[in-house]
Amino acid sequence: MKDEIQTPADRSANLKGMGCSRKRVEDVRFTQGKGNYVDDIKLDGMLVGDFVRSPYAHARVTAIETEAALKVPGVLAVLTAKDLEPLGLHWMPTLAGDKQMVLADGKVLFQGQEVAFVVATDRYAAADGVAAVEVEYEELPVVTDPFRALDPDAPVLREDLAGQTEGAHGPRRHHNHIFTWEVGDKEATEKVLDEADVVAEEMVYYHRTHPMPLETCGCVASMDKVTGKLTLWGTFQAPHAVRTVASLISGIAEHNIRVISPDIGGGFGNKVGVYPGYICSIVASIVTGKPVKWVESRMDNLMSTAFARDYWMNGRIAATKEGKITGLWCHTTADHGGFDACADPTKFPAGFMNICTGSYDIPVAYLAVDGVYTNKAPGGVAYRCSFRVTEAAYFIERMVEVLAIKLGMDAAELRRINFIREDQFPYQSALGWEYDSGNYHAAWDKALTAVGYDALRQEQAQRIADFKAGKTRKLLGIGLTHFTEIVGAGPVKNCDILGLGMFDSCEIRIHPTGSAIARLGTISQGQGHATTFAQIIASEIGIPADDITLEEGDTDTAPYGLGTYGSRSTPVAGAATAMAARKIRAKAQMIAAYLLEVHDGDVEFDVDRFVVKGAPERFKTMKEIAFASYNQAIPGLEPGLEAVSYYDPPNMTYPFGAYICVMEIDVDTGEHKVRKFYALDDCGTRINPMIIEGQVHGGATEGYAIAMGQEIVYDDMGNHKTATLMDFFVPTSWETPHYTTDHTVTPSPHHPIGAKGVGESPNVGSVPCFSNAVHDAFRPFGLVQSHMPHDQWRIWKIADDLGLHG
Amino acid sequence: MSKMHVKFTLNGQDVEGLAEPRTLLIHFLRETLNVTGPHIGCETSHCGACTVDMDGKSVKSCTVFVGQADGRQITTVEGLTNADGSLGVIQEMFREHHGLQCGFCTPGMITRAHRLLQENPNPTEEEVRFGIAGNLCRCTGYQNIVKAILASAEQLNAMKEAAE
Repeated sequence: MKDEIQTPADRSANLKGMGCSRKRVEDVRFTQGKGNYVDDIKLDGMLVGDFVRSPYAHARVTAIETEAALKVPGVLAVLTAKDLEPLGLHWMPTLAGDKQMVLADGKVLFQGQEVAFVVATDRYAAADGVAAVEVEYEELPVVTDPFRALDPDAPVLREDLAGQTEGAHGPRRHHNHIFTWEVGDKEATEKVLDEADVVAEEMVYYHRTHPMPLETCGCVASMDKVTGKLTLWGTFQAPHAVRTVASLISGIAEHNIRVISPDIGGGFGNKVGVYPGYICSIVASIVTGKPVKWVESRMDNLMSTAFARDYWMNGRIAATKEGKITGLWCHTTADHGGFDACADPTKFPAGFMNICTGSYDIPVAYLAVDGVYTNKAPGGVAYRCSFRVTEAAYFIERMVEVLAIKLGMDAAELRRINFIREDQFPYQSALGWEYDSGNYHAAWDKALTAVGYDALRQEQAQRIADFKAGKTRKLLGIGLTHFTEIVGAGPVKNCDILGLGMFDSCEIRIHPTGSAIARLGTISQGQGHATTFAQIIASEIGIPADDITLEEGDTDTAPYGLGTYGSRSTPVAGAATAMAARKIRAKAQMIAAYLLEVHDGDVEFDVDRFVVKGAPERFKTMKEIAFASYNQAIPGLEPGLEAVSYYDPPNMTYPFGAYICVMEIDVDTGEHKVRKFYALDDCGTRINPMIIEGQVHGGATEGYAIAMGQEIVYDDMGNHKTATLMDFFVPTSWETPHYTTDHTVTPSPHHPIGAKGVGESPNVGSVPCFSNAVHDAFRPFGLVQSHMPHDQWRIWKIADDLGLHG
Repeated sequence: MSKMHVKFTLNGQDVEGLAEPRTLLIHFLRETLNVTGPHIGCETSHCGACTVDMDGKSVKSCTVFVGQADGRQITTVEGLTNADGSLGVIQEMFREHHGLQCGFCTPGMITRAHRLLQENPNPTEEEVRFGIAGNLCRCTGYQNIVKAILASAEQLNAMKEAAE
């Protein structure tokens, strides 16, 4: 018998379980162009919707003339706020406890805001209709600067909030003020700062940018008037939450709404929120009785849905003369645009910004964040980031560099003497988190050794000497970063969005012949869930991953979950998967014991079977057990072999990493060349190394874009200056650096399989790393802080300001 | 608006249809012919998700009027699968080397890689990076795409040698 001569190692390899670089099952359809993205959906009689958008950043809407548009061939309807008002849908709640206009209700607050929704037979007719709608505006004074927005005489943006001194997150102290969020011990921190040997102070700005997945946002709404059922296909990172929110907003009973996320062409946080296009498509489908599709253009996408960052972080960091950090203070002014549509857990209006003490043992800290309205698009989403962790990591990794300059210390050494030590875990941070596990010193030493850090510093010293001697015009920057992420939101006790607890789920059914289907509350947008979650099940219950179908995204079939963002799929749904698998394994053990005629405790799991302890020749494979579970009457057990787990994590997970970038900078042109980028990630247990490396390459490239050129820019009139890919920098293969990946493994002690999540780490870690490389190149010439993105002009300007152009 | 008659060869088959003259090739492919491999990622010819092969050249079908395709030979990613339904060499190498994640850029990227390897069967890494710079990918950081294309070149050349 072939099976019996196989070693346990052979049997284990056949499973393609955790730890192997299993090839992706998704790729067979994607490489043939057979994916099914929302714009690929075509239904009988389907109509297309498109928006009339505001050309102004702040204006009153005095008239909307739709008659001409309705005469355009193919145009069936034009919706305005007046049409939505009777349904109570002209405004909608945001994820942050604010409300947002679905269609302009008397005024507009940002350029590109949705004013009217044209429904037509095809996209060309819809575009003609949009062009034919005439809107009269009366311009109002524009505020794009969040500091100016808080001046006493600043224009009032949100007239709907007049007189409301209490917001969703506490008192509002100004008409453009949204909230103040404070964490930590202010008094103790200020005392430490007052008495410290050394205090470094700096304003660190993390500019406004955008997730820009290659596929824009969109949906197809289909209201079946006969059954009363609404089906909504869409680019949703959280389909179950969309169903609940859609039910609450529309009044349609939740069982009559089916939300389906088909294949999603990248999300990165852009597809978490609820957008006016979804509401308008649903209403249009109800009004016309036909399915209605709405898909953003790239311009719509960059102008209206989901900006990210835009944090002005004013920091003070205190230390002893020897470089031991004694305290950290931060005040952030957060530009939220015209509506507060940030995607953060309810109790965290500035997300997990309070992870800003980073990888360091800082005894006392204080953070305050002020959210402010301006005439810019709403959003503030977690762009490849767990709720503002990117901002926090950038802040602390810049502050440490600024402190190193003040102390005249090597920045690698300054980090080393301040890292949280391995024996301090679980570590209680000054701003309220309990870090689960880490070994920062080991990762740091491995990284420095891998890049030959000391030799690089010697080369840099020689380069500076050569530069000063006129032998070269190129500088060398060595960018360092050690980041700590906080992902896997989260424990329901403190993490919810709009009251929906942030657990996640997995349901597994084993078929009689021993193959299986698993369904999860998450949804892949490129992460390869169908590949990796099957690997977890394969290892846990001994069914080959190739025999497991994995489904997500259909709320009629998948168990309820909060979706995929904030690197939460593996920490939360991955844990649910392992727990559901373990329930199945427990039942399988009882079945095996019955079949082998021994006591439950006398059999043990061995890769893909249960064996009688001490008698390995007596066993039942999972295939045999599956068949018996359905087809043999087993006393005391129900037939079947399936389980569901709803997993509420006891804590977040804390992945970390050490990144080093070596960058050449041409002082005269401002051009740069990344010579080396080394990324060491510790994401705990590694499920699929191939996919982890791919995530690191991709996340680091988005980080490269953000640090070196990608930004959303408005002029003083509130005109959006970066609404196409002509102006919004997305790196091509030509400028993207080559990455060297590495890892250490520090499992999470509270996660069933020890995994921590990795998708966002490379974005969190690489942005400060690239930025620090630029700063490091100019450090010998007196540069302390310069705002991102470090595009060619800004780098040239740094050199010019430092007098390096002679 | 009056419609024009358009006829061309798509993945080896004759196709025809009626379209307004302003119709872009990408919309005609996706919405009239239901060929949804090529995708729409922008409207300014930057992203390359809509890349198809027209008379032996890579073109971005979001900036080609359907009339310009009349009488031409057009290949999309659907035409790069082997006759027996198995993955073509480049498709297989993208899978093998994890050259895709969300899959949205993949059809355009593979179609471009197909043409690049016709133009230059032995590209260096630098030539691959330059040759696919008209196709944006937001997920992979390109490193594994480049690897996949270099591996495809090697395999295609080995097959060619074996056939000779």
